[in-house]
Amino acid sequence: MSASANDQVSWLRQPGVLAALPAAIFLLLGFAGPLVMVFGYSFMPARSFSLLQAPTLENYVSVVSESYYISFAWSVSLAALTVLLLFPICYPVAYGMARLFGKWANLVTVLIAVPLLISENIRLFGWVLVLVKNGILDGSLQTLFGASASGPLYSVPAIVLGLVYVYLPFMLFPLVIGISMVPDTLKEAASDLGASRWQIFREIELPLSMPGILIGGILTFILALGSLAESKILGGQAIVMIADDIESAFTFAQNWPKGSVLSVLLIGLSGLIVFALFRRIDLDQIIGRR
Amino acid sequence: MSEDGSAFLELDGITKKFGSFTAVRDISLKIREGEFFTLVGPSGSGKTTMIRMLVGMERPTGGEMRLQGKVLNDVPANKRPTCMVFQSLALFPHKSVGENIEFSLKIAGVDPIRRRRRAEELLAQLRLPVEYYDKGVNQCSGGERQRIALARALAFDPQILFFDEPLSALDFRLRKTLEKELKDIHKETGKTFVYITHSLEEAMVMSDRIAIMRDGGIVQVGSPQEIYNRPVNKFVAQFMGEVNTIAVEKASARTVRATADGSTFQVPGMPAGFETGFLIIRPEVMKIGKAAEKLKNKVKGVVFNDYALGSRIQYQVRSDARDEHWLVERLQDDPYEGHVDDKVTIGWQPADSILVSE
Repeated sequence: MSASANDQVSWLRQPGVLAALPAAIFLLLGFAGPLVMVFGYSFMPARSFSLLQAPTLENYVSVVSESYYISFAWSVSLAALTVLLLFPICYPVAYGMARLFGKWANLVTVLIAVPLLISENIRLFGWVLVLVKNGILDGSLQTLFGASASGPLYSVPAIVLGLVYVYLPFMLFPLVIGISMVPDTLKEAASDLGASRWQIFREIELPLSMPGILIGGILTFILALGSLAESKILGGQAIVMIADDIESAFTFAQNWPKGSVLSVLLIGLSGLIVFALFRRIDLDQIIGRR
Repeated sequence: MSEDGSAFLELDGITKKFGSFTAVRDISLKIREGEFFTLVGPSGSGKTTMIRMLVGMERPTGGEMRLQGKVLNDVPANKRPTCMVFQSLALFPHKSVGENIEFSLKIAGVDPIRRRRRAEELLAQLRLPVEYYDKGVNQCSGGERQRIALARALAFDPQILFFDEPLSALDFRLRKTLEKELKDIHKETGKTFVYITHSLEEAMVMSDRIAIMRDGGIVQVGSPQEIYNRPVNKFVAQFMGEVNTIAVEKASARTVRATADGSTFQVPGMPAGFETGFLIIRPEVMKIGKAAEKLKNKVKGVVFNDYALGSRIQYQVRSDARDEHWLVERLQDDPYEGHVDDKVTIGWQPADSILVSE
């Protein structure tokens, strides 16, 4: 073998490259491949199941001219609402877990994490039993107060409840990490310089736990943006979220190109939001790493 | 203890217990206005707990702290007219140099223009360029960060500045420079500085008075000269650096007998009631060779090793009578020309030794 041929393959012999190879191949076939196919299908003629036809923009045109913007709007606004509700709910709990609960923090972690072992759909059906007419909530209210709370199920508030419930851990745990990253001495120094409890929170703790807040916020926003089960199980026919439209296009309508266009637009929208956030906010700079 | 009535900060029987562990026991001290007072002690001596109580991050479990007669015990840290420079400096990493310095003023509601003027004044006072106002604190060097932390503490004009070993993480040369700078700033501002450190050497350079702590209590309080010349016990003497320590018992009104080999030495004076204790002789007061022959207290031995200490040479001499090492230091220009394995006489003037009972 000549020296140059040796050089050409030598990078393949690096232990790091070799060790990463199985995972890289798996990701390529299982993650990048399907995404590329979805992207490809979005340019195929409507209702075709082949990737080898002449590319066309007709699906994009039809998606834009139809009323899909309503589904997008519902998804974006419900995802944003979920984040806005989750932050004030999770911050105190996360603060407690990071600073106050001590040895009990582990128990709280387990209590919050254990439900994740149960399928999301099963948990949502649990809420159906609570919210349905003559269900646990309605029945209890009738028995105790003679008042009826009929109708919370199959409404937008029920969907929001489901989203907040399901995505709570994804906001909580990044917040716990973010808050525990703030050194105690900085808070002591602020207090020594005259800051009150609230001023310490505003000037020191909140800005320094911003990386955790942002990651929790982005994670829950993206997850809620692509959510499907909450609107179907708890929302019934109340509204249609975009993931619902995508599923219908791929299954009921058997129109893969249209489903692909909607998927591409959703991925593009998520990506746009995340990149816009990270462009404007430099996490390292916030916490002073540079 | 040399104390007068004009106590600025007064500690009266301060005690701190964590469960069954007593970190600080019954400390009483009077710190004067404008003095540079240093608490020195090894790790675990309670000095950190003491300073945390003084700034308000821990509450004493007993005793009273008074600042100008006002009891401080129940005043929270953010309401005390004192400030601390932390060991880690605790600069706020997400704020610029200027925002760090003017933090206390912002908290107090001072308007931005006056805040900035004060911050720039402090930058100048601490010999930092005014352009540093907008710089990130993590882009500054170790020495600059020290000055920023000090500027931040000075900003709201505290009555007392506390220092929790802020120089301990720095390299030797920078530490030496900053020790002197800190003393200069103390002089310029005229404020009361209370400093804690584990290094008596550092304390000596800067302080007007020093309190030596051990196991939560105070062993000795005095000026650097008093501590150096009259350590009250073996602990203080050895804390100062390398010393010759000989276990002795009383032999006569003017002499003591070494418990190890029975040789007798003259002492400068016998404390009342002295029975047994230690004779302490610093290496630098010891004489070696001809200079030692005519001295009253003499030991014969062999030069075991020599060490160059810069301005001085240190000899380790093994005595003939018993297998013990003596340390002798002489200046480089001393006429003695000794070599390893030479037989020598070493000695000292009785007045140069210190007799302590514990």
